[in-house]
Amino acid sequence: MGRYIAGRLAQAAIATFIVITIVFFVMRLSGDPTLLLVPEGANAAQIAELRHALGFDRPLPVQYLGYLNDLAHFDLGQSLVQRAPVWLIVQSRIPYTVALAAGALVFALVTGIPAGIAMAVWRGGITERLLSAVVLAGQSLPTFWSGILLILLFGVSLRWLPTSGADGPASLVMPSVVLGALAMSTFARMTRISVLEELGRDYVTAARARGLSMGAAVMRHVLRNAAIPVLTVVALEVGNLLAGAVIVETVFTWPGIGQLAMQSIFARDFLVVQAIVLFVSVVYIALNLLTDLAYSAVDPRIRGMA
Amino acid sequence: MRPRISAGIWIILALIVLFAVAALLAPWVSPHDPLRQSLLLRLRPPGSATASAGVFPLGTDDLGRDLLSRILYGARASFAVAILSVSVSLVVGTLLGLVAGWFRGWTATLIMRFVDAMLSVPAILLAVLTVAVLGPSFVTLILVLGFTRWPRYTRVAYASTLQVAALPFIAAAEMSGAGSGRILLRHVLPNIAGPLLVVATSEFGLMILFEAGLSFLGLGIQPPAPSWGSIMSAGRQYVERAWWLTVFPGLGLFTLVVCVNVLGDWLRDRLDPRSAGR
Amino acid sequence: MLLAPAPFVPALFAPALAVHDLNLLIDGAAVVDGVDFAVASGEVMALVGESGCGKSLTAHAIMRLLPDAVRQGRGRIELDGENLSALSERQMRRVRGRRISMIFQEPQAALDPLSTVGAQVAEATGLPRSQAREAVLRMLAEVGISDPARRIDQYPFELSGGMCQRVMIASALIARPAVLIADEPTTALDVTIQAQILDLLRRLAVERGTAIVLITHDMGVVADIADRVAVMYAGRIAETGDTAAIFAAPRHPYTALLLAALPRLTDVPRSRLAVIEGRVPAPAEFPPGCRFAGRCPLADDHCRAEVPPLRDVGSGHLSACWHSEAVR
Repeated sequence: MGRYIAGRLAQAAIATFIVITIVFFVMRLSGDPTLLLVPEGANAAQIAELRHALGFDRPLPVQYLGYLNDLAHFDLGQSLVQRAPVWLIVQSRIPYTVALAAGALVFALVTGIPAGIAMAVWRGGITERLLSAVVLAGQSLPTFWSGILLILLFGVSLRWLPTSGADGPASLVMPSVVLGALAMSTFARMTRISVLEELGRDYVTAARARGLSMGAAVMRHVLRNAAIPVLTVVALEVGNLLAGAVIVETVFTWPGIGQLAMQSIFARDFLVVQAIVLFVSVVYIALNLLTDLAYSAVDPRIRGMA
Repeated sequence: MRPRISAGIWIILALIVLFAVAALLAPWVSPHDPLRQSLLLRLRPPGSATASAGVFPLGTDDLGRDLLSRILYGARASFAVAILSVSVSLVVGTLLGLVAGWFRGWTATLIMRFVDAMLSVPAILLAVLTVAVLGPSFVTLILVLGFTRWPRYTRVAYASTLQVAALPFIAAAEMSGAGSGRILLRHVLPNIAGPLLVVATSEFGLMILFEAGLSFLGLGIQPPAPSWGSIMSAGRQYVERAWWLTVFPGLGLFTLVVCVNVLGDWLRDRLDPRSAGR
Repeated sequence: MLLAPAPFVPALFAPALAVHDLNLLIDGAAVVDGVDFAVASGEVMALVGESGCGKSLTAHAIMRLLPDAVRQGRGRIELDGENLSALSERQMRRVRGRRISMIFQEPQAALDPLSTVGAQVAEATGLPRSQAREAVLRMLAEVGISDPARRIDQYPFELSGGMCQRVMIASALIARPAVLIADEPTTALDVTIQAQILDLLRRLAVERGTAIVLITHDMGVVADIADRVAVMYAGRIAETGDTAAIFAAPRHPYTALLLAALPRLTDVPRSRLAVIEGRVPAPAEFPPGCRFAGRCPLADDHCRAEVPPLRDVGSGHLSACWHSEAVR
């Protein structure tokens, strides 16, 4: 068990290191990262001065070590546009994205998992067909389209919900549903496969042979076993939700880090964009790590590996 | 026994072919020049007709351009980006997977660790950052999507290569003196093509969505060139006055992606016996 | 034209479980065709045959837990004279586990890996876990599990295969059912464990007066434990009677060949066991006459044309063979 955790931690650390390195090189893909950071209309002297100030005139390995050193001290740099520490700027937006992702996750779990169970238990019937159509739609809908259509319907025509901004819980409803649709489909599909697989196992027949109804056998035995593979995709989906927030936050003008990323790109505030990519990736890796550890806590077979 | 190809799949295939043909023949079937603006004809609803300019079956956009023509040309952009970026990632991912699965050991550890790390950066975010750094263009778009999406192919190619490499006929080929490269391309690759095709199909749908999404954000195909994403992005400002600017391109996008996803599921059920019936 | 199977009602006892003319269909093919048997309290009745002969489906049909693809056609299943086929699913649920229970071939697969063994044994009592705990502990001890107080809270993966089968037996017998169906209960276990489990089943059947239907492909197991035996071939009963009588003088060529294939302690080691030539026909290819005709050394045109009825060949010993007199 201890060895398992240590191995898993090392794996996460390697992934984090590689991600940090990828971002470092992507930022330098255009040749001169200084150009990404200067305000519009700067002259050659100003650019050169800034290049020197930011250390971009040093050899690449030196820059890389400096970058690692800064990150190790949790220093993500200063925004030249907003004249504030990058981390402070990003931090102020995180709660909005967390609220949005949480709303989307709750929506996806509450709809996707029962849908998947229903599809497995009532397989071959009309229920399964209807639900698979919904699942297919969920995985094929572009969020910027479904978002605008919902705004048109519930915001503009029916006036039930606010069309944009972050103004109380009501304004979280539409973005959450739009963002969560894909995760809903993923959960439904995974749950269906997982429950179907478990339903075919002997222990289900054995439980029914002990006098349990199909429903009771599903509730007491099947769901817990089926949950394990589904659990592993939840963390993955949270990562996708954070990334998908870029589009959804733009559509609904939701002031989270996704919208901040887009604003920063157009304002040429690339250190902020870099910080957001790093932040989301690290959260993603951490969630996967937590999932694996939680997995080992749920499953007595792994728990017992001393 | 299931029928070989059901009627539903024929319809799906027909729709995909229809989209592809429409995209291919856009210059010949478009009623108008997709770039010709006319401020007098702004935001005309679907079915509008004028004596001088003719009929606008799906209406016009905020600059008076014919929406149907722009959607047809937009389909070209979707297909071009999806086909090219899937090709790039398929080739890169498969090669790495073959190499990792064939040589195993340190090579495999190195490649697969890198795959794990790539998969832990949300692809769309990395794409957004890279496009923003390089500046949006058609070529950037393809390279970025191609080089961020290869890890899925590598995983599949790696796992399949490991299986195939253990089969006796591969040992026979080695014994007869064939080199690694030859064995991989001639013997291993054809045997792992099925699962790769399944991944490529699902990625194809995803790439169409990514292109539209990046164009919607202003990071994909640059205006005035038409793309479904950028049409919707512009249409978003006029959504209350001109619903057609959002509804039609989105409907096209949605239909195409549904078709590709259904095809992908069907292929997976056919080619991957483990998932049969799922 | 099928001949109506001779009604087999043992004269001397009122059966705990009786199966009459059971027919099970997959895609319209009768994979179980006119199976009759009965088993009395305290008796072990073996249903024996090669895999695919329909013995396991028969067991699942008794529990009314058939897979989706299998449909029951004709047939009656009676438990203490009550027709189970007429019960609703809700009523049937109260029969399962309480009046008939079942154990399986792979004990570890038949236990939910994420529930403790105690919880699963308790389930069959229908009581809340806390109230059932005493009874569960006693039952675990009764099936020969040492240190039940510790074992009760363990998970199946912490137990050996033989232990898991004991747990299954505990969960099957805790509610004192009249009938226990044991579907290949020892096939997946080590040889030494097999004997222990068979002894346990035998002892419990006698002590508690439980009727046991033992499903097996192993004539050795039959010889060990069964009072009576029904040999099945391709969905039909080929021969049935007292174990001793059948082992002494089989009256169906299939039984004779199965017995000939059995290794004996007295045998000098042979390089090859006698095995039956050919294979069981698939349901779609069942011949019109005797289903064993294709592999039978005695088969003639009569056998291939007409189904042999199950006929009495002496004191409750029945054989479905036109040439039963010729079997040596």
